[in-house]
Amino acid sequence: MSALLELRHLHKRFGALVVTDDVSLDVRPGEIHALIGPNGAGKSCLIGQITGELRPDAGGVLMHGKPIDALPTESRARLGLARAYQVPRLFGTMTAQSNASLAEIARTRSSGQFWTSVFDDKALQAAAHGALATVGLAARGSEPSLLLAHGEKRLLELAMGFATHPAVLLLDEPLAGLGAGDSDAMIALLARLKQQYGILLVEHDMNAVFALADRISVLVSGRIIASGAPESIRDDQRVRAAYLGDELDV
Amino acid sequence: MALGLLIEQTFNGLQLGMILFLMAIGVTLAFGVMNLINLAHGSMLMLGAYFIAAASAKTPSYLIAFVVAMAGIALVAALLEVTLIRPLYARGHLDQVLATFGISIALNELVIWIWGREAMFVSLPEALDGFVQIGSNIQYPVYRLAITSVAILAGLALFALLSRTRLGMRIRAGAEKGEMIGALGVNVRALFTAVFVISAMLAALGGVMLGPLLAVQSGMGDPLLILALAVVVIGGIGSLKGALVASLLVGLTDTFGRMVFPDLLGQLVGNIVANASVYILMALVIAIRPTGLFGKR
Amino acid sequence: MMAPHRPALGFKLILGTLLLAALIVPLLDEPYYTKLIARMAILAIAAMTLDLLVGYAGLVSFGHAAFFGLGVYTAGLLPMLGIQQAIIIFPAAALIAGLFALISGAVSLRASGLYFIFITLAFSQMVFYVGQGLRMFGGDDGFQLKAPTLLIGNVSLGNPVVLAYTMIGALVLLTWVSHRLTRSRFGQTILAARDNESKLSALGLAPYPHRLVLYVIACSMCSVAGVGFANLMEYVSPSTMSWVVSGELLFMVILGSAATLIGPILGAVVFVGLEQVLSEWTEHWMFWLGALLVLRVLLLKDGLYGLLLGKWALRRQPSGSHQ
Repeated sequence: MSALLELRHLHKRFGALVVTDDVSLDVRPGEIHALIGPNGAGKSCLIGQITGELRPDAGGVLMHGKPIDALPTESRARLGLARAYQVPRLFGTMTAQSNASLAEIARTRSSGQFWTSVFDDKALQAAAHGALATVGLAARGSEPSLLLAHGEKRLLELAMGFATHPAVLLLDEPLAGLGAGDSDAMIALLARLKQQYGILLVEHDMNAVFALADRISVLVSGRIIASGAPESIRDDQRVRAAYLGDELDV
Repeated sequence: MALGLLIEQTFNGLQLGMILFLMAIGVTLAFGVMNLINLAHGSMLMLGAYFIAAASAKTPSYLIAFVVAMAGIALVAALLEVTLIRPLYARGHLDQVLATFGISIALNELVIWIWGREAMFVSLPEALDGFVQIGSNIQYPVYRLAITSVAILAGLALFALLSRTRLGMRIRAGAEKGEMIGALGVNVRALFTAVFVISAMLAALGGVMLGPLLAVQSGMGDPLLILALAVVVIGGIGSLKGALVASLLVGLTDTFGRMVFPDLLGQLVGNIVANASVYILMALVIAIRPTGLFGKR
Repeated sequence: MMAPHRPALGFKLILGTLLLAALIVPLLDEPYYTKLIARMAILAIAAMTLDLLVGYAGLVSFGHAAFFGLGVYTAGLLPMLGIQQAIIIFPAAALIAGLFALISGAVSLRASGLYFIFITLAFSQMVFYVGQGLRMFGGDDGFQLKAPTLLIGNVSLGNPVVLAYTMIGALVLLTWVSHRLTRSRFGQTILAARDNESKLSALGLAPYPHRLVLYVIACSMCSVAGVGFANLMEYVSPSTMSWVVSGELLFMVILGSAATLIGPILGAVVFVGLEQVLSEWTEHWMFWLGALLVLRVLLLKDGLYGLLLGKWALRRQPSGSHQ
């Protein structure tokens, strides 16, 4: 089974600081591959190199087996790469439903329509509404996204990530800052949705990680120190020493 | 073309470049430290020229007139900053652009109101009213050499200010981390006023020096402001090195363009290209490096 | 733009009354006022098209006068080639403006918001200087319009009544087209680019090509106003391309409220009215205009449209800088 996303020997440094040190990993269809590691391990930089916001100094990023290093962010997105940001990036003055409709416009590559009003476009609005419904935001569609509650913004961010029907979804700490109830709901949501995509999940919340992940990779100081099934990671001595420490009794 | 002519035009280009540099520093400083776009900068140059014209009509001593003019500018700039500019720091760039544009057209009309529509003339200071022999047959005005030298000195003085003094340190800190310097006990308001006044005085210095060379009239600073903005774009906003390099580049391009293109391409096309040469240069730079030669990416 | 709001009935009445007044005045055989109406309609077109850039796309262009002026010059130069028909002049103006928009926009839009302001200013000044340098066409002074634009047969835009109705008609048409544009998928993409450029890229839509298309459209439409202006003044001058005009157009946009299309139209009407009143009162009316502009920016948070509508849930201040 070929990988949807593959990182091969990525290197990146900022001056003397090595943020990515020979990182290789892949994401397969239908799996959640969790990436964990202490703060400052370089997880965000790694994600940035996958989306194209940062250029690696060496190594390659492949999607569906083809190199995408030369492609700008929007081209990678069109190949099926989506990212849900930790701090939600939304179209603030537009309603939640309009935000979701942008994802649909992007998916269908239909931004070249100049005449028909989107507000009369039943198919578009239905798709947008559906995307909101997937994450439970259907009732909040007409709210300007800037005015949504923080948790709702995260959900909208997630909805837009899914709405483009990506092949691979990069989830950057979707549970950060959520209360217990919201966290459980999010975990349940991700468990439901994972079948259709490959997901690279960056998270600190170990409950979520061990509940959802099919594979776990551990990033410390820019290097992958361990990678494999959740149980083996939990038992791995190096991982315990470097990262989990006392929190290990999960 | 003759060597003498080449040298003469090079000096002219350098002079234009250094005047532009004085204006460009002001634009880049205001933006770097206060995040302010100031389209009234051209008016500062114009006021400098008007003040020296008015002052030299009242006193035979150029030196006194010069000091009075610069002091007048400092006062006007400080007043302007405290009343109209200060509220703009918190606003977006569109607001700043429009407000300073409004100030600029108001000032353009104000000088007409006070001094009339006729252009005023300033006479050259006697000490500098002479020529220097360059090569075998070029007489170059001493005054023009003096301007270029003064501008270079002003640039060096500014550099010394920024790198050697406490004020300079605060200015640089403000440019790097504006939000933090207040927490360090620096009087941010006073600092901003100081930076604004310094910028205005640099522009006005250009106006004071150009006074005897150009007709002193309403709006005389605006074409130079536009060129200075092109300089800032080419050099990269926030970069003093960029401002210097770009100023010289623009000054020389404009000067040589006006000389070369009409000969090369005929009157009509040549004049058009000569007028457009700086902007073509700007377009080329942006196409290759969207943040300017030395701008932050 | 947020979910479509329903303007109050009172507001619609005000707009309706204005339109009615605009349509009736030309019939009163008062050339002075008819020309005033024409001037309002002309500048309203220019301001409305600028709003597409400033309000909807978040692109603060300080060079819109260039496209206005290109329309003026097209209407002035084609009669010298023996062409007077509107059916050729209007499209020609749009084509020339569109071409310049394509070239200058391709460069300007590569730059960030701040540089964009400076670069658009610089490009329009370039056009201004080129106009000034055309000595055979009067250079700085410009030249008299040789022949007015002819609509059909002998119906000429040199006739103030014809001009007024034509410009009002053009205003209505172009505003309707622009309105549909902002509500289309393309328009939504533009709005999204304004709100969060990087997010749009992350979804798979590139901001740059969309903005360039909008830039060309908005600037071409502006040239229509320029053609009208040449006929109104019966004169062609580079001053129509100066940065002062660009600044005045921006003033009209925020005077009326950006990102509303109707707002800038109101802004233009008020601006022209203000101009008339002030210039009759004092020779130095430009001073007061500048002062008013500064006061508007410093003291008011919203423009006419926003004020007329009452509360606005989100204060959107289009700034020159992108995120």
